Amino acid sequence: MPDTIKRAPISQQPFKVEKPLDLNAIGGMISIQINEKKVSVPLGTTILEACRDNHIHIPTLCHHPDLCIAGVCRVCVVEVDGMRTLQASCSFPITASIKIKTSSELVRKARRNIIDLLLSEHHGECYACVKNKNCELQTLSKEYGVDNMRFGHVKEPVYEVDFSSTSLVRDMNKCVLCRRCIRTCIDLQEVGVLEAINRGDKTQISTFYDKPLQDVICINCGQCLNRCPTGALYSNDPSDEIWRAIDDPQKHVVIQTAPSPRAAIGEEFGYAPGHSFTPELNTALKRIGFDRVFDTNFTADLTILEEGTELLTRLKKAIVDKDTTVKLPQFTSCSPGWIKFIEHFYPEHLDYLSTAKSPQQMFGAIIKTFYAQEQGIDPKDIVSVSLMPCSAKKFECNRPEMDASGFRDVDYGLTTRELAKMIREAGIFLPELPKSGFDEPFGEASGAGLIFGATGGVMEAALRTVYELVTGREVPFENLRIEACRGFEGIKEASVKLENVLPAYSFLEGVNFKFMVAHGTANAKQVMELLREGKLSDVHFVEIMACPGGCLGGGGQPIPTSEEIRKQRAKAIYAEEEGLPIRKSHENPHVKYIYEKFIPEGPCSELSHKLLHTHYKKRGRYII
Amino acid sequence: MENNFKKTKREGVVIFSPYESGSSIKKALEIGRENILFEVRESKMKGRGGAGFPTATKWMLVAASRADKKYMICNADEGEPGTFKDRVLLTEYPALVFDGMVVGGYTIGSEIGILYLRGEYIFMLEELEDFLQSMRKQNLLGKNILGKEGFNFDIAIRLGSGAYVCGEETALIESLEGHRGEPRNRPPYPVNTGYMGYPTVVNNVETLASIPQIITKGADWFKAHGTDKSTGSKLFSVSGDCEKPGVYELPWGTSLNELVEIVGATNTKAIQVGGASGICIPKSQFDRKLSYEDASTGGSIMIFNQSRKMLKVLKNFMEFFVEESCGQCTPCRIGNIKLLEGVVKIEKGDYTFSYINSLKDLSKTMQVASKCGLGQSSPNPFISILENFKDEIFSSNGNGANHA
Repeated sequence: MPDTIKRAPISQQPFKVEKPLDLNAIGGMISIQINEKKVSVPLGTTILEACRDNHIHIPTLCHHPDLCIAGVCRVCVVEVDGMRTLQASCSFPITASIKIKTSSELVRKARRNIIDLLLSEHHGECYACVKNKNCELQTLSKEYGVDNMRFGHVKEPVYEVDFSSTSLVRDMNKCVLCRRCIRTCIDLQEVGVLEAINRGDKTQISTFYDKPLQDVICINCGQCLNRCPTGALYSNDPSDEIWRAIDDPQKHVVIQTAPSPRAAIGEEFGYAPGHSFTPELNTALKRIGFDRVFDTNFTADLTILEEGTELLTRLKKAIVDKDTTVKLPQFTSCSPGWIKFIEHFYPEHLDYLSTAKSPQQMFGAIIKTFYAQEQGIDPKDIVSVSLMPCSAKKFECNRPEMDASGFRDVDYGLTTRELAKMIREAGIFLPELPKSGFDEPFGEASGAGLIFGATGGVMEAALRTVYELVTGREVPFENLRIEACRGFEGIKEASVKLENVLPAYSFLEGVNFKFMVAHGTANAKQVMELLREGKLSDVHFVEIMACPGGCLGGGGQPIPTSEEIRKQRAKAIYAEEEGLPIRKSHENPHVKYIYEKFIPEGPCSELSHKLLHTHYKKRGRYII
Repeated sequence: MENNFKKTKREGVVIFSPYESGSSIKKALEIGRENILFEVRESKMKGRGGAGFPTATKWMLVAASRADKKYMICNADEGEPGTFKDRVLLTEYPALVFDGMVVGGYTIGSEIGILYLRGEYIFMLEELEDFLQSMRKQNLLGKNILGKEGFNFDIAIRLGSGAYVCGEETALIESLEGHRGEPRNRPPYPVNTGYMGYPTVVNNVETLASIPQIITKGADWFKAHGTDKSTGSKLFSVSGDCEKPGVYELPWGTSLNELVEIVGATNTKAIQVGGASGICIPKSQFDRKLSYEDASTGGSIMIFNQSRKMLKVLKNFMEFFVEESCGQCTPCRIGNIKLLEGVVKIEKGDYTFSYINSLKDLSKTMQVASKCGLGQSSPNPFISILENFKDEIFSSNGNGANHA
């Protein structure tokens, strides 16, 4: 029985022939012939996989390693002996001994014709496009030597560009209808904002009733941006305003940088995924003209203390006071995509969310209050920028309630890609810069904050702190590595037994502290369905990140993306973490300082609630 | 729309030959699955929707597959321009169609039959439902049909929503499942993964209507009509410039010359065989025979006399495809737009021959690279009309004239 929960139509789902477990069994391997070369592949391998494994390049456009197979662009067609028509190699599983030709005249002509067709309907002005030099259509046309527009070219834009969303821009004039965005939205993220409408020449990608993006249930995760092969989808770029602020001597421009962009920005400068450029980036940001460069990890540490305290309070209320109104498990609230997701899809479950703001917003509130006071700067002159891997952060900092300081707590959310552009604009080659540290008074943060960038990171950081708060001992894992939180499995689940706890937490003695980690809203949905069915009653804490892989796979990260790339980024983050002197949030001296000096009543106190906590909005599925 | 066909007795050697409602079901239950499959295979019956896939093979594949459920779907999304034979069958010979479904359902081991009825045919819905009800009363549908223990089968009618592409079997299944009507990737074929993921037979109305006749009268009788490779007879929906348009049952192998005679067409210039996605045959080739091996058709025959401008005919077809492509794959979605653009340019005299040649080249790509039969066959009229009528089209009275 097909999975009816999956919303993607079967026409856009792959035909999978399960690969045999035992390849040595009879029929396990199939011998085929690719361009006269005899090779042997496991049963069920697609032609595309077989060719790539044998170093034969097949061009693709609608195919994406993260997404189900659509077989709609037809760029990857190959000739299969005995078949009347060409076959899309991405969607053809090998189940018999076949002969394939990947570059015969018929195939070459077909590909060239298809690319010409795509170009004829694509309003591409490459030099004025965000995806210039990182566009798959551009690459294809180069590969196939397109030298003239045989079938014409769109001279004037047809569609109005949708700038309504604070996070995303949709320019359907550049859309080639590969439907990756649809598959991302419906299948990968299970949000379902984008779908094809009309048919024939009027086919286009659209939203519910063709409404602008701000009026539909888009969660701004930006996963579609990362997978759009052209410049049809991109993030709403605030860099012009930021330059203006930098150039304005009146303004004190500060920037906080999140860990994920630092682990990925090298890719924008030609480095393979998996190189972290934190110290070089600090130098670059100062050269660009930011007055102060701070580390978002500092407020990640703060988040852990607030969120951890909140969790312990909830546990106490539930266990000691037998308060049945307390909602458990507590869900993390760092990911703005996830927040909007739950607000739209599970508005009745908002009470399960931690009220702690995300690190970005905590920092915003701290900068325009505590920092402004300490430095004697009028907060109205401060322009607070955040470098994030995330397109939803742009939406988050524009949420009306994010003004605890009396001003916009964070003025601009900047993505990795946009900052890379600013760095290039400033004539800087990032990887070759000298290294420098973060600015005081927040300085270097703990490694616990750093690993927020990978899925499971918040949980790992929280456990390190909560376990130690409760028992007075370090978490019982080698080198503080909580492997149960790591890795890219969709939903992870584990538990730690709390034993010999400190007297203050005697109510937790013997409790099997159970936690879950999910990334990608499709997985979040599964967790929420479990919650609805009452199957999470023994779980205490759940971390959810809207994007696959966590922040390092965010919608503002360098393009392309794939699981392999995300794994490399995670590796870079974990490697950087192990080298840091402080690896537990509660040991961050600057965090201690903030509490002593600025919030003396400690985490979850009244002032902390005013500045560092927030509330959510029951949005529901229809925006009226 | 009203049913404006006259309910007169039609003449024909196979489908329109006398048939008693329910008799084939009775016989089928007597002879058993193996013998049904044997008869159908022996009859060399091929799918009447146009593609000509051997019906017995399709049934055998599903009959042999193991699944909790199997479906028997009748494709009544008769959308090919110029086809109206299924309409005649459903309004005048519903017993043939439904009995064929029951026999098919019995053979493949299905309990559920679905008639996917073209949205525009809603006017016949009530009558069809009434007919199904009367079949239920006679125990030709329902539980333990005609006393056959364990053979349960019923038929539901679903309406299409007006997309031409939903006549393509996988798009039809998508539509039945409630999705956009878009063809799926093949493989998998519906015989493996069809409606709701279960093995499914999708047969044309006429295919199913032929089955009861084969079962009751035998494969040899059926094979006596038609040609060696195209056995039996075919319903042709004849329209256009002729005296007697309508639905004709003629044996396969009838030549176009004979057809022209029968329907009373004079001064004929060309015949479009197979609807908009078929080929256009000029008078000089009227000795060609209607059959799978020569001039193949799902039933649509459009006759054009000397007064018609072929470029205009072509333009009309291409406009149809531009609108009716599902919009999924590149060659079909944009290719048809470009072919139409080409036709318009020829009309205006604004073209070069190298441009026309690149369009011909494009047509070939569409034929081999499109995802489904729609895009694979939509360039057919472009290729055949341009080839067969180039003297007219590129001459001074054919409107392709102004080219210097």
